[in-house]
Amino acid sequence: MTKKHKEKPTGSKSPDRREFLKRGAALAGGLSLGTVESAIGQTPSSGGNVLGTQELVEYGKRSRFETSVRIPHGGRPSPDAFGLDFHIAAPLQESVGVITPSSLHYMGTTRGSFVPDIDPEEHRLMIHGMVDRPLIFTMEELRRLPSVTRLHFIECAGNRANRRHKTVQETHGMTSCAEWTGVLLSTLLKEAGVQDDGSWIVAEGVEEVKGASSIPMAKAMEDCLVCYGMNGEAVRPQQGYPLRLLVPGFEGILSVKWLRRIKVVDQFYMTYNDYGHLRQESDDAALSMQIGPKSVITFPSGEQTLPGPGFYEISGLAWSGGGAVSKVEVSTDGGRSWAEAEIRGTAHPMAHTRFSLQWNWNGQECELQSRCSDELGSVQPSRAQIAEFWNQPPDQPVRIRGQDNSIQPWRIESDGSVHNAIS
Amino acid sequence: MRYLKFLPLLMFLGISAQAQSPTYGVGRTPSTEEIRAWDISISPSGKELPSGSGTATEGEQLYLQKGCAGCHGITGTGGLAPRLLKRDTGPSASPWALGRILPIRAPYATAVWDYINRGMPLMAEGTLTPDEVYSITAYLLYLNEVIAEDKVLNAESLPKVEMPNRDTWAPLPDWWEPGMPRLLGYPY
Repeated sequence: MTKKHKEKPTGSKSPDRREFLKRGAALAGGLSLGTVESAIGQTPSSGGNVLGTQELVEYGKRSRFETSVRIPHGGRPSPDAFGLDFHIAAPLQESVGVITPSSLHYMGTTRGSFVPDIDPEEHRLMIHGMVDRPLIFTMEELRRLPSVTRLHFIECAGNRANRRHKTVQETHGMTSCAEWTGVLLSTLLKEAGVQDDGSWIVAEGVEEVKGASSIPMAKAMEDCLVCYGMNGEAVRPQQGYPLRLLVPGFEGILSVKWLRRIKVVDQFYMTYNDYGHLRQESDDAALSMQIGPKSVITFPSGEQTLPGPGFYEISGLAWSGGGAVSKVEVSTDGGRSWAEAEIRGTAHPMAHTRFSLQWNWNGQECELQSRCSDELGSVQPSRAQIAEFWNQPPDQPVRIRGQDNSIQPWRIESDGSVHNAIS
Repeated sequence: MRYLKFLPLLMFLGISAQAQSPTYGVGRTPSTEEIRAWDISISPSGKELPSGSGTATEGEQLYLQKGCAGCHGITGTGGLAPRLLKRDTGPSASPWALGRILPIRAPYATAVWDYINRGMPLMAEGTLTPDEVYSITAYLLYLNEVIAEDKVLNAESLPKVEMPNRDTWAPLPDWWEPGMPRLLGYPY
């Protein structure tokens, strides 16, 4: 039989082939026939074939059955009436592993942004200000310098869940994680020679608005990256092609895209990206800078449906701006009891970390939550814990101060439907 | 004589021993003109502000001529683009209630100048002269009742403008170091 099939071209409509397909279908139907016949290495395809094209040979694309897409975030259209892209959220509900595909990586822009069309041959990075040796680099020169490759998340300060959000894309889609490659910013700053009074840097892009952020020197010298690579290829245009800054674990607006200029200065510069994020109180300012331990269950999550009682792997993402995730716990009873989840793979510093918990759903209404701890010993709080810490009145909506890292509750109804349970 | 061939190495080691010497020698030194052309940063002290000046009266004309009104509305409101008029909050309201516009909540008027200079007009950014930026800054600050109509703004006077939010904002934490939690004493 093996031989016979090998002689026939694939797709033949011979009686033999139809017979084979029927048997294959029977096998796929659940092994209920009692006898198991070997398929001898042949599996019938379910549909047609994708014909090869030059385009697909050169740069592949996903299956037409995969429809996961980004959506505008925060109620403002993207693109808007001017053709500007505003905030765009990643579809975390369909994510697997920890890498966000470059095409699905969230995008944040301050006022809305055109994506500049930059020729890398023409692009330069200048470092100047309070340095001994101002320097200007071509992309080729940056690639000659010692490189690092690291997994890091970037998260927008606007990634704040509320009760009106339905899906995890709406509650948490303004975070993403990629493998970034580039030069340590400290390498460049040391090469230029930072003077004693240089206590801040101002990083600036080359897009139409020349978005700029002030960053403390302690952070700039610690772990910031000047990236030309993302997920194994060049940084995507929406992410700053050909060069972006990455400020691990700090609010996303500091990770300046289309990076062209770094000025070493002696004070906070209150520049373009800075004043929109000013806070009235110093606690809020601190809580807005470094992102706290945070996690969210991506399956099951809002608007998804469990087909019935039985086994499920609860799965989600955890991250912290304070370092590596040290522990993730999951509750299936609304936070009354917690079980330690498994960390899938390695927990990298300031990177999305996949966790999971094996679970048998008994079909009754329940509430799922996840809670992240990081290597600094900080623990993700519930909204009630935040209110209690700041002595907020219990009858008022909780005011989350700084970057929102509160626990996300998902309620599962007895019909299997999943809903945002923020009250 | 035989040590001469090591001279470059010795010189290299000698230089390396100094603090923060270049290690790789990659990249070139930009010219003063290049730095001046690229450096549009304006600090709160205004030390980088260019010479030039302007008033609200001149700014009102430019607001129409340069197309600002087309997007932001004739009176600074009612257009497709964000409004440029503070919310009417009464005389005693907190400057934080004025809205995220202009930026009226920025503590220093240099931020308003900087925003117009780097970001406006849309699609023609970077085309305004310093005089024009001073004038439009003056007009918008006058519209928002921050300065008088005849106030002349220049590199001297702009940083001294008393913005509503001058003293009611919190600086980023200066105590932060790598490996520290985001707020001391905060367990979350």
